[in-house]
Amino acid sequence: MSDIQVTITDRAGKTHKVSAPTDMNMNLMELLRSYELAPEGTIGICGGMAMCASCQVYIISSHEMEAKSDEEEAMLSEAFYVKDNSRLSCQIPLEDSLDELVVELAPES
Amino acid sequence: MIKTDILIIGAGPTGLFAVFEAGLLQLKCHIIDALPQPGGQCAEIYPKKPIYDIPGFPEILAGDLVDNLMQQIAPFQPGFTLGEQATTIDQQEDGTFVVTTNKGTKHQAPVVAIAGGLGSFEPRKPLLDNLAIYEDKGVEYMIKDPEKYRNKRVLLAGGGDSALDWTVFLANVAEEVTLVHRRNEFRGALDSVEKVQELKNQGKVRLITPAEITAIGGKDQLEWASVRREGAKGEVEEFKLDIDHFIPLFGLSPKLGPIANWGLEIEKNAIKVDNTLDYQTNLPGIYAIGDVNTYPGKLKLILCGFHEATLMCQSAYRRIHPNKRYVLKYTTVGGIQGFDGSKKEAPKAVVKAIV
Ligand SMILES: Cc1cc2nc3c(=O)[nH]c(=O)nc-3n(C[C@H](O)[C@H](O)[C@H](O)COP(=O)(O)OP(=O)(O)OC[C@H]3O[C@@H](n4cnc5c(N)ncnc54)[C@H](O)[C@@H]3O)c2cc1C
Ligand code: FES
Repeated sequence: MSDIQVTITDRAGKTHKVSAPTDMNMNLMELLRSYELAPEGTIGICGGMAMCASCQVYIISSHEMEAKSDEEEAMLSEAFYVKDNSRLSCQIPLEDSLDELVVELAPES
Repeated sequence: MIKTDILIIGAGPTGLFAVFEAGLLQLKCHIIDALPQPGGQCAEIYPKKPIYDIPGFPEILAGDLVDNLMQQIAPFQPGFTLGEQATTIDQQEDGTFVVTTNKGTKHQAPVVAIAGGLGSFEPRKPLLDNLAIYEDKGVEYMIKDPEKYRNKRVLLAGGGDSALDWTVFLANVAEEVTLVHRRNEFRGALDSVEKVQELKNQGKVRLITPAEITAIGGKDQLEWASVRREGAKGEVEEFKLDIDHFIPLFGLSPKLGPIANWGLEIEKNAIKVDNTLDYQTNLPGIYAIGDVNTYPGKLKLILCGFHEATLMCQSAYRRIHPNKRYVLKYTTVGGIQGFDGSKKEAPKAVVKAIV
């Protein structure tokens, strides 16, 4: 499979169903940026290094996710609006197993 | 009033390199940056990370790139207004611009180059009621003058390098230093973590983890903070700390800020420019270069910022000296003439007969 479907609720509460390639070495933050689901400069500020938390999402669906790395854990411990289902989208590679993933963008902070 | 030929807003790689290109044209520059140090994103976000796509450098640390740029522009003696945000711009009757910072410093120049990147870095503020009330009345987000904290009770919060570094520094200045962090693990450089551990062991620093500040208060000034700590078995204790200062260090995030109100055409949080020509904005005399601009095909890369800075300077020269002719000269041929009297040029070839 080379495309999966991802449902994303943006910061204004609008839901978008988008197609995501899994053969381009892309992560979820890059997907959000490529569909311009948040204004430029408000998401992916550290370029995907788990250093800014601007890409925080809540995982709504019950997908099995890879465990958080130490860096992701550490950054989330400093971020705001963090919930149990918070993840840094830049640390989530787009893979076939994430088909039908449902996420919501955390507020900007 | 600080007067210069090109006033640059933003000391990131683009703004810094613009000083060099302007210097080749014998134009003087002054740079304003909201951060206390030059380097923009390279210095603030990723100084220790390697960059692989700077032409001629197979690999260079972002911090080293900034150091090299500072060295490269030194002969052109740029002025710096650091730690101040450019807030307003006014065009004078003679066509020059006056840019004023949030601290009231005024700068005048015939050309303004905005190299503001993603915007000026502003502190990420914790979500506490009352926070705004105590700003500058005990709550500060950046430490500009450590002497302010001499013999005071200081509470810091955060788990990154800044929180650790300032904890170490203030341990020798303040009367009492407390560091609160949500986890037991810290994200900073290993030796900073070890230093804080040592200071804790010596009783010079109070470390409260895993904990959070839940409220702050005081009469006219900040007087106390409430801390919520979770014990190993999930039990929660909540207590008050008497403090004079609270310094939350949760990183900085860039915001386009006041530039957005300067009458410039803005698209997608960036300033629209006349693409292929010279990166001039809709207001003649004001240019936007580097990450801060947008045009069809724009790429936010350091090398693109360098290119844009170069074209901007050529156009600025023509604007400042409309009657002077200029021919592009290679630095290998013309060398560089610093404003400090220094001169760099290729050594002359040795011509000698062999008999
Ligand atoms: C993690 C990360 C990795 C990256 N890796 C690469 C890479 O490998 N290769 C590459 O080419 N690029 C890379 N980039 C992008 C690169 O850093 C940017 O393209 C570059 O920094 C842009 O430079 P700039 O000078 O235009 O802006 P910036 O570096 O953003 O600097 C702008 C400066 O302007 C200041 N400023 C803004 N508004 C005001 C104001 N009103 N008053 C005062 N000061 C103001 C800001 O404080 C800031 O210091 C990376 C970026 C990040 C975040
Ligand atoms: S983009 Fe910065 S943490 Fe994900």
